[in-house]
Amino acid sequence: MGIVSVISMWFIPVLIGLILIYGTFKKVPTYESFTEGGKEGIKIAVSIIPFLVGMLVAISVFRASGALDFLMGFIRPVLEAIGVPAEIAPLAFIRPISGTAALGLTSDLMATHGPDSFIGRLAATIQGSTDTTFYVLTVYFGAVGIKKMGDALKVGLLADLVGISAAIIVVTLVFGK
Amino acid sequence: MVNLIWVFMFVIGIVFAIFNGTIGAVNEAIFTGAKEAVTLCIGLISILVFWLGMMKIAEDAGMLKILAKLFEPIVKKLFPEIPNEHPAMGYVLSNMIANMFGLGNAATPLGIKAMEEMKKLNNGSNEASRSMITFLAINTSSLTLIPTTVIAIRMNYNSANPTDIVGTTLLATMCSTIGAIIIDRYFHYRRSRKKDE
Repeated sequence: MGIVSVISMWFIPVLIGLILIYGTFKKVPTYESFTEGGKEGIKIAVSIIPFLVGMLVAISVFRASGALDFLMGFIRPVLEAIGVPAEIAPLAFIRPISGTAALGLTSDLMATHGPDSFIGRLAATIQGSTDTTFYVLTVYFGAVGIKKMGDALKVGLLADLVGISAAIIVVTLVFGK
Repeated sequence: MVNLIWVFMFVIGIVFAIFNGTIGAVNEAIFTGAKEAVTLCIGLISILVFWLGMMKIAEDAGMLKILAKLFEPIVKKLFPEIPNEHPAMGYVLSNMIANMFGLGNAATPLGIKAMEEMKKLNNGSNEASRSMITFLAINTSSLTLIPTTVIAIRMNYNSANPTDIVGTTLLATMCSTIGAIIIDRYFHYRRSRKKDE
């Protein structure tokens, strides 16, 4: 599994190099394009502040009160029997429903367990490898006025389940527990 | 749904605090939670600015279009109902490529365009067509090659190597996308069997 770490290490620098060389070759005003696109990044970061504040405060209250530990006590034995850390359960549940809520949970897990812990890496992989199914369906079907969604929701949620299971297996294989 | 979960966390938390005697910790959590969220967002700015800047260069250089051409043969197999040279195919492809590069804001309008074209192919019916379900299944399984936001959060919490999850994310994404395609096919065949009966 060393190859996965090597890809992780080289992927971004190589991609950046390729983009810059190809952009120059195509006579793109690289620096100006860069700053133009970068402005978008500020907008996104600022626009998610209220979402994250709302979610992180709720999660903090839920955890500080002891309610989270209480809940975990129930599901831990079941999940750990199949090799899933109980801490991941809330994230797996909320990921298809709300992207920003999941982002809040992911950062909370990293703050609590450390970004380089098994749970931290698993949360990061789950966050990156699945998408907000409910949001995608609402936006796309809503925009063009589709009333009957057919099997779309079922397929989307089952795919999320596959993604989360895959994340657990892959992270366990690559980083160990 | 999110509204309910959000309120649930607060109310249960506060009720729990009363019985548990943890009201002091809850008070503190409100302020540290809010502060942490803002710090996190400020930390996100650095990598988001850098990455979206890079992607803008790629877009201006026409790299996204080249990639779309490259993926066309595979995508055609996934959408047998879309005729050759139909504009829907172009939008589906550009949406997928934009998603791969984490350009969510660019991907959404392209995806909506793709849906409009697919609706036309389905005679304007308000029912989801086979192509639409396949398209959304792939979209909900996430196609991201580089999870920018996640890397930024890891940087924020002083990870020794913030990008070491890129490989695992890629593998898991591949599994979820392939899974989505297989599940989608399965449901399609089940539907067509039902129609035949």
